[in-house]
Amino acid sequence: MCLAIPARVVSIDDDAMATVALEGIRKPVSTALLDEVAVGDYVLVHVGYALHKLSEEEAERTLRLMAEAGVLAEELEEMAGEGAEAGA
Amino acid sequence: MTSMDTQTRFRTGAVDMTHGGGGRAMTELIKDLFHRHLKNPILDQGHDAAVFDAPPGRLVMSTDAHVISPLFFPGGDIGALSVHGTLNDIAMAGAKPLSLTASFILEEGFPLADLERIVMSMARTAREAGVPVVSGDTKVVEKGKGDGVFITTAGVGVLPEGVTISPAAAKPGQAVLLSGTIGDHGVAILSKRENLEFETELRSDSAALHGLVADMIAAVPGIAVLRDPTRGGLATALNEIAHASGAGVLLQEEAIPVAPDVEGACELLGLDPLYVANEGKLVCICEAADAGRLLEVMRSHPLGRQAARIGEIVEDPDHMVIMQTAFGGARVVDWLSGEQLPRIC
Amino acid sequence: MKYIREFRDGNLAQKLAKAIRQEADPDRRYHLMEFCGGHTHAIFRYGVQDLVPENVEYVHGPGCPVCVLPVRRLDDAVELALTQNVILTTYGDMMRVPGTKQKSLIRAKAEGADIRMVYSTQDALKIARENPDRQVVFFAIGFETTTPPTAVAILQARAEGLRNFSVFCNHVLTPPAIAHIVNAPSEPGEDPVRIDGFLGPSHVSSVIGWASYEPAARDFRKPVVIAGFEPLDVMQSTLMLIRQINEGRHVVENQYTRVVTKEGNRKAQALAAEVLELRKVFEWRGLGYVPDSALRIREAFAEFDAEKRFALSPKESREVKSCECPAILRGVKKPTECKLFGTVCTPDNPMGACMVSSEGACAAYWTYGRKREAVLAAKGAAA
Repeated sequence: MCLAIPARVVSIDDDAMATVALEGIRKPVSTALLDEVAVGDYVLVHVGYALHKLSEEEAERTLRLMAEAGVLAEELEEMAGEGAEAGA
Repeated sequence: MTSMDTQTRFRTGAVDMTHGGGGRAMTELIKDLFHRHLKNPILDQGHDAAVFDAPPGRLVMSTDAHVISPLFFPGGDIGALSVHGTLNDIAMAGAKPLSLTASFILEEGFPLADLERIVMSMARTAREAGVPVVSGDTKVVEKGKGDGVFITTAGVGVLPEGVTISPAAAKPGQAVLLSGTIGDHGVAILSKRENLEFETELRSDSAALHGLVADMIAAVPGIAVLRDPTRGGLATALNEIAHASGAGVLLQEEAIPVAPDVEGACELLGLDPLYVANEGKLVCICEAADAGRLLEVMRSHPLGRQAARIGEIVEDPDHMVIMQTAFGGARVVDWLSGEQLPRIC
Repeated sequence: MKYIREFRDGNLAQKLAKAIRQEADPDRRYHLMEFCGGHTHAIFRYGVQDLVPENVEYVHGPGCPVCVLPVRRLDDAVELALTQNVILTTYGDMMRVPGTKQKSLIRAKAEGADIRMVYSTQDALKIARENPDRQVVFFAIGFETTTPPTAVAILQARAEGLRNFSVFCNHVLTPPAIAHIVNAPSEPGEDPVRIDGFLGPSHVSSVIGWASYEPAARDFRKPVVIAGFEPLDVMQSTLMLIRQINEGRHVVENQYTRVVTKEGNRKAQALAAEVLELRKVFEWRGLGYVPDSALRIREAFAEFDAEKRFALSPKESREVKSCECPAILRGVKKPTECKLFGTVCTPDNPMGACMVSSEGACAAYWTYGRKREAVLAAKGAAA
C-alpha cells in the first residue's frame, strides 16, 4: 500500500506548495505536512503531498549495510569451500 | 481562392449544424478548409470516390479511428496522429502505403480555427509521408454528443513481392527487436490530462514508420512479424503475437529502452511503462541470424536510433510473455485489464 | 532516479540472496507476512521469491486499503454518485472495485454518474472550486499514509469557506489490523495462520513512527521489521527477520531508516488528529469488525462529512459467495486455493477486491506469479 516515491525539491512555491523533480518530470506537491523543507531536499511524495524528508545519510548507510552483508556471505562461502577442500 | 469572409470565419467561427447539412456552408467548409489544405490531383477530381490506377501486386487495406484528449499534445495532434495511425497499420503488413481517406465527426461548437489547425497538420504529415488524402467525408453531431472532433482514416498500400509478414509467423528461436524507447506517447498525453498535470520535456513519438519498414525489408525480406505497440503498449503487442503464433516470448528487462522521464512519470503515477502507449515504435521478429543486420539498418534510420534486441521467441504451450527482471527474478507480463489507471497504492 | 534505482540493483540482490541462504536454517520454514500490498507488488514485480530459498515463504497480508474496504462502503459511494447528483472524486485505485452485483464506480460512470479520478486531494478541492453549484465528494480510502492529505483538504476547505466539498471517510489503521490477524481464531475447518514474523508497513510508518508496532511485537512475541518497498529493502528485511527468528528475538527493527523514524511525522499526526477521530468499530473485508481500527471526521468538521451531509440508504450489500478474499486477506489461504481464481475471477472480470488492486494478492499472483513452472521452464529453455 501507499505508493510513495522520493523526489528532489527544486523550488519552494506559494501556499505551502513546492515543485519536485523526478528525472525530467516536475510536479507541484503540497508541503503542508512538513515542518520545513528546502530546495535540494529529497522528499517522499504520496498522493501529491511531501510526506517525509529522506535522509541521504541513512540511504547511504543502508546500501553499505547491504553490501557488507554480501561481502560477509561471500567470505563465509569461501571459508566453507576451503573447509570442504581441506576435509577432502 | 478563399474569400476574405471565409478566412475571417475560420479564424473566429465555430462548427454548427449547417456544416453537416449538405448546403452551402458545408460545401464552403469542404472547399475552403479541407480541399485547400489537403490539395492533390486525385482529391481535386471532385468525385465522392477517388479514382486511381492499381499497381501490380497484392494490396493491403486498413482503417483506424482516432479519439484523443487533449486534441493537441506535445509532439503532435489528432490530425498528425490519424495519418500516422493508418500509415503504420499498413506498414506493419510490410506494405508501401499509397493513399489515404479521412472522415471527420465534428461536434457543434468546435472552433473552426482548431479544425483548420488539425487539417493543416494532417496535410503536412501526409505530404511528408508522400501519401495523399484522396477522399473524405464530414458529419456534424449536436453539442455534447462528440468530443470536439473524431477522425477516422483508411488507407491502401501495396505489398512488395515475396514479403509475408504476419503475427502468426513467430517461431521459437527468433529474435525480438524494438525500434526505440517505450511509453513516450502515453506519458506525453498524461502530462496534459486534467487533474494529473505534470511538466516534462517529453514529446509524443507519433511518427510514420513506413520509411523505416521499407529499409528493413530491403535488408531482410524474410522478416516474420512487425507490430506497432500502440494502445496497451509493448506488453499487449507481445501478448497478441504470442497468442497468434502459439509460441512464448522471453524478454530481458535490462534491454528494453525507457526514457528517464517515462520512468519518472511511471514511478510517480504507479504505471508500468510496458503497458504505456506508443505511436512511432515497432516490434520486429526475425530469424536470430538476421538480428544483427536488421539492428544496424534500424539504428541508421532516424526513427530507429535506439533500436535494441529485447528478447526471443521460445517454446511455450501456454503462449505467455515472460520477462527476466534486471533484479534477477522472472515475472509474467500479462494482458492488461482495461486502461491502466494512475494509482496511489 | 536517485534513491530508487540503487535499491533495485541486481548485483546487490545476488549478494543479499547469498547471505539469506547462509543464515536461513534449512531444517525449518520461515513464514513471513508482508503486511503491505507494496511489498507484495515488489516481491512479484521483481521476482524476489526467485532469490530466496524455498523454505522462506511470503504470506500476503491485508495491507491493501482497496482490498479491505467492505462492499457496503463501496455501495454507498456508488449510491452517492448515482442518486445524489454529486461529483464523486476518488483515487484511480477505486474505479474498478466491484460492489454488490459487480457494480463498480466505472460502471456507475457508464450509467451517467459524474465520477472523476484524482491524483491528490488538492485536485478534489480544485474541482469543488470550479463547480460551486455542484456538491463535490471526495471518496477517501487508505491507511495512515493517506490520512493526513485528507485532513489537510478538510482544513483547507474550511479556511476557504468551500461549502460544496465533503469527504466520505474510509481511512483505516494498521496496528489494530496486525493485532487482529495474530489474535484471530481460525474459522472452522481452517488451519490457523502461521506467521513467524512481519515485514512491517513502510510509508505508513513514515507517518506514525516505528514505535507504533512495539506493542504488537511485544505482546504477540513476533518480530517486526519495518521494510521499504524497493526489492532490496524487502530482501534486507527478510534477512533481518530470519536473524531475529533464529535468535528467538521479537522486537521492532527498522530497515527503512532513510524515511522512517521512531516517532514518525509529528506534524502530519497532529493535522490528522485535529480533523479525525477513532471509530469505535469498523468493518474490514476479510477481518470482520475490528475495534478502534478506523477514523471518522470529528463533530467540529461535521459539515465536511459526506456521511452526515447526505442520507445514505441502508443496503443489503453482498460479496460473491465463494470468493475467498476474506481468508486470503487473513493469510489463511493462497489465491490459488480459491475456486474462482483464474476461472470465474480474473483481472478482466474481478469477483473480489484482491483481484482488482494491483497490490491485491490475487492480482499479483495472476499478473506476475501465475504458472511459475512455465516461467522457470522458459528460463531453462533460454539458458
